[in-house]
Amino acid sequence: MKWEVVIGLEVHTQLTTSSKIFSPASTAFGAEPNTQTAVVDIALPGALPVMNRAAVDKAIQFGLAIGARVNRKSVFARKNYFYPDLPKGYQISQFELPIVEGGQIAINVDGVEKVINLTRAHLEEDAGKSLHGDYHGATGIDLNRAGTPLLEIVSEPEMRSAAEAVAYAKALYSLVTWIGICDGNMQEGSFRCDVNVSVRPEGQAEFGTRREIKNLNSFRFIEQAIRAEVQWQIETIEDGGKIEQATVLFDPDTGETRMMRSKEDAHDYRYFPDPDLPPLVIDEDWIERVRNALPELPHDMQQRFERQYGIPAYDAVTLTASKALAGYYEATVAAGADAKLASNWIMGDISATLNREEQDITACPVSAAALAALIGRIADKTINNKTAKDVLKKMWESGDSTDAIIERDGLKQESDSGAIEAIVLEVIAANPKSVEEYRAGKEKALNSLVGQVMKASRGKADPAVALELLKQKLA
Amino acid sequence: MIESSLKQLSAALAARQVSAVELAGEFLARAKQYNGELNAYITLDEQKTLSEAHDADVRRADGTAGPLTGIPVAHKDIFCQEGWLTTCGSKMLGNFVSPYSAHVIEQCRAAGLVTLGRTNMDEFAMGSSNENSAFGPVKNPWDKNAVPGGSSGGSAVAVAARLAPIATGTDTGGSIRQPAAFCGVTGIKPTYGVVSRFGMIAYASSLDQGGPFAKSAEDCALLLNVMAGFDERDATSLQREREDYSRDLERPLAGLRIGLPREYFADGLAGDVAAAIDAAIAEYKKLGAQIVEVSLPNTRLAIPSYYVIAPAEASSNLSRFDGVRYGHRAADFDGLVGMYEQTRAEGFGWEVKRRILTGTYVLSHGYYDAYYLQAQKIRRIIANDFQAAFRDCDLIAGPVAPTTAWNLGEKSDDPVAMYLADIYTLGVNLAGLPGMSVPAGFGADGRPVGLQLIGNYFDEARLLNAAHRFQQATDWHLKAPAL
Amino acid sequence: MSLSLDDVKRIARLSRIAVTDDELAATQTQLNRIFGLIEEMRAVDTTGIEPMSHAQDVVLRLRDDAATAPNRREAFQAVAPAVEDGLYLVPKVIE
Repeated sequence: MKWEVVIGLEVHTQLTTSSKIFSPASTAFGAEPNTQTAVVDIALPGALPVMNRAAVDKAIQFGLAIGARVNRKSVFARKNYFYPDLPKGYQISQFELPIVEGGQIAINVDGVEKVINLTRAHLEEDAGKSLHGDYHGATGIDLNRAGTPLLEIVSEPEMRSAAEAVAYAKALYSLVTWIGICDGNMQEGSFRCDVNVSVRPEGQAEFGTRREIKNLNSFRFIEQAIRAEVQWQIETIEDGGKIEQATVLFDPDTGETRMMRSKEDAHDYRYFPDPDLPPLVIDEDWIERVRNALPELPHDMQQRFERQYGIPAYDAVTLTASKALAGYYEATVAAGADAKLASNWIMGDISATLNREEQDITACPVSAAALAALIGRIADKTINNKTAKDVLKKMWESGDSTDAIIERDGLKQESDSGAIEAIVLEVIAANPKSVEEYRAGKEKALNSLVGQVMKASRGKADPAVALELLKQKLA
Repeated sequence: MIESSLKQLSAALAARQVSAVELAGEFLARAKQYNGELNAYITLDEQKTLSEAHDADVRRADGTAGPLTGIPVAHKDIFCQEGWLTTCGSKMLGNFVSPYSAHVIEQCRAAGLVTLGRTNMDEFAMGSSNENSAFGPVKNPWDKNAVPGGSSGGSAVAVAARLAPIATGTDTGGSIRQPAAFCGVTGIKPTYGVVSRFGMIAYASSLDQGGPFAKSAEDCALLLNVMAGFDERDATSLQREREDYSRDLERPLAGLRIGLPREYFADGLAGDVAAAIDAAIAEYKKLGAQIVEVSLPNTRLAIPSYYVIAPAEASSNLSRFDGVRYGHRAADFDGLVGMYEQTRAEGFGWEVKRRILTGTYVLSHGYYDAYYLQAQKIRRIIANDFQAAFRDCDLIAGPVAPTTAWNLGEKSDDPVAMYLADIYTLGVNLAGLPGMSVPAGFGADGRPVGLQLIGNYFDEARLLNAAHRFQQATDWHLKAPAL
Repeated sequence: MSLSLDDVKRIARLSRIAVTDDELAATQTQLNRIFGLIEEMRAVDTTGIEPMSHAQDVVLRLRDDAATAPNRREAFQAVAPAVEDGLYLVPKVIE
């Protein structure tokens, strides 16, 4: 039987505020345990929440960025359950009336564009952390994270493969970091995904029973967890079993998902409107102010790049993966680089080196202007493409300019046909076998001869000139 | 000094006829003498009190004193006070020395009021008799076989027995007005949002409101001036201009329209209470007020509405008492869930447990609409009824409770009988209106009767005016129990 | 309607309050009396009535985003039942 996979995501994004959503304690990561807690965060008796305006502002930014409805009135509700990292015994969240409803995010998998609809996005507070260190068999509770503002973004179950789910998560990630509402630090838990997965026979209208994979904090884990879960569900059904609704955890070490709790122990959260917090009301002026301050969004920028720089859609999508990368590209072109060459270099050597070093573009030691200078030297034939790769490497390591490296290492390309002609004649004399093959009609033999010329010139010969001369001499 | 008004005490302090230390010492001595039998205070800390009094004397000397600097006050044990044991009447907080202070406490300290001690109360403010305290019941000074009312019973008794000139309290369903009535003192619950709830341990957040107890309306006005005020740390605190609640005390009552809700005088109201209220109404007529009949047709429904909403909010508010960060933790338990269950079983008394269980049930899956939502709709109906009544009158008057104080133990095994006795006070909290209790004589058993005055939103000054003029014409509020 | 013993056990569990077998029956009786009182409300026609969750018809006041709370860990943990290395200790949490 052919199976169709159905996936929906709930993503918890930590918002980049200085203070917590309901208290004036700092949200900075990595402080000594429980040093960033105000009376509200440890839920002292009598402590009360007061809402942070900046968190609302960021939720509005998100709503506008995805073309959603920003509700003029939304309501905070209490989600009641007992857990040591939840000091009040309830989480303040939004239930019936969230701040954002609807909206869309476009994803691109293997060149095919698809639009994913969002259900809602709501404001809530993060929980603290349980530390299972050596505390005589006890668990330690750190409440520094408790009360960090979260925007929980819920998609419709519209993804049909792990690849689509990852593409959606990446697009969402790109958007929230782009508009600056989330710092995107996945290791620190700033962007955490819960993934709802079900399978159904292809062609069946109703959904299968879903299981929720909790708390995935890397794109790789999302992909691995979904694949493992889908395989498990299909095997279970094909072996005659039934899927029971459940919450599961993904174990990256075993590559498997395992049950955390079944539907039977599902919580009864007893949501009700928080009596400490009157309804959140947002007026038109506020929404307009946020709209006017929003940066150009990735999708708009992609289209502009294609139009303005004449680069292919693939390039435009890649270059707008982050605002910093797009900025770097635009700065390189503005500094005089050819638009397509700049795209090739940034998507090629620059990205590859950054990936190897696990850095992003903001850490690139070669400035946009320096890259433009390098590309300029290729365009004016001072160096060839291959030499340029070496020059870039040296620029990366030393911080020296393109011209200084070309000068110092004598890398200037030889375009003078007189000098190249002498080398060409030597190469023809030394490689009779290749010459014979070429003359017999094997075009490939010519490549080998060009290679020999380049080698003999220590890479400095202009390969186009060498090719021309070889053809002439062997004609 | 113990019978003096705040104005008199203030003048004596200003004239150096008495020091704050001497004044505190006099009340402390009485408190120590009578607390054994009355149990009005959970905590008395002479050293702390005298140290605060000394600070007040310094302020009096260096010219930084306000009018109330040096006057002692007793605080209900529900207001967190830094450095003081803050128990909320519960074993759960039996060892909780608060690391911070409520807004009410901060304002009292800033005004130079001297903390006499922390008064007994029904556990987590749940109760109408003060028998639900983990620290034992409070006795009514008029009759030690009678309950003092609740939940702010300790504060009412402290003022009635002259163990404090003034006291703070909170009122969620009548917890200031009813003990004030049972103990023959004056108390006012302001409009919801006038007194900050920051640092006031929550029972039912949408109903809780702090307010003063005193011998007279005038003293209530002066303490309310200190307690009230905008506080940015409470999202339900109202941003309004500061008011002088004593500004209209002397205003004549001629032309004031007082509405008597016929439902407050129907079956269930004891004859002796009715007679005392009727006499008070007659007094108001003499003072020039115009008496009109009004209707609050859904008065009875306040009971189910309140006993759904308050427990629902309480069940959630009291979840933080889990033995993790402060307060009681059970000694023996099995695992994390066992720790929670055992800690809460030991830390809470039965009335608190019943309300948590009730609240959990009405919010649980499948019951929310039928109970919680329905109760909130009825709450709106009740609030609308008050607005309809205020179209025909300026103030509403009636009894605070259907009877005078009942005997200790009389209703303690019967929560429902206790709930029914709240019938005249609950509606005010549901609507968020200001209401007060004014001494209006005594019942057949010699126990005090309280007249309830209810105003429209922010009409505290008018309520206090009506109460003050009544107290100038009568002397019920000057009567003190023989100890 | 009335609450069964299982209902009482379920809400006690949800409320994290241990109720012994001895206490169960009395608790059930008292809760059922309370629900008897509440019951009369259910028949009221409230069609079209907006639920009232707050005593005042006000909108949420917002505060500026400033991290001004000082570190008061020592004072806060002075009243904690069990702490070590600045952490609150609880019985082992098993996920």
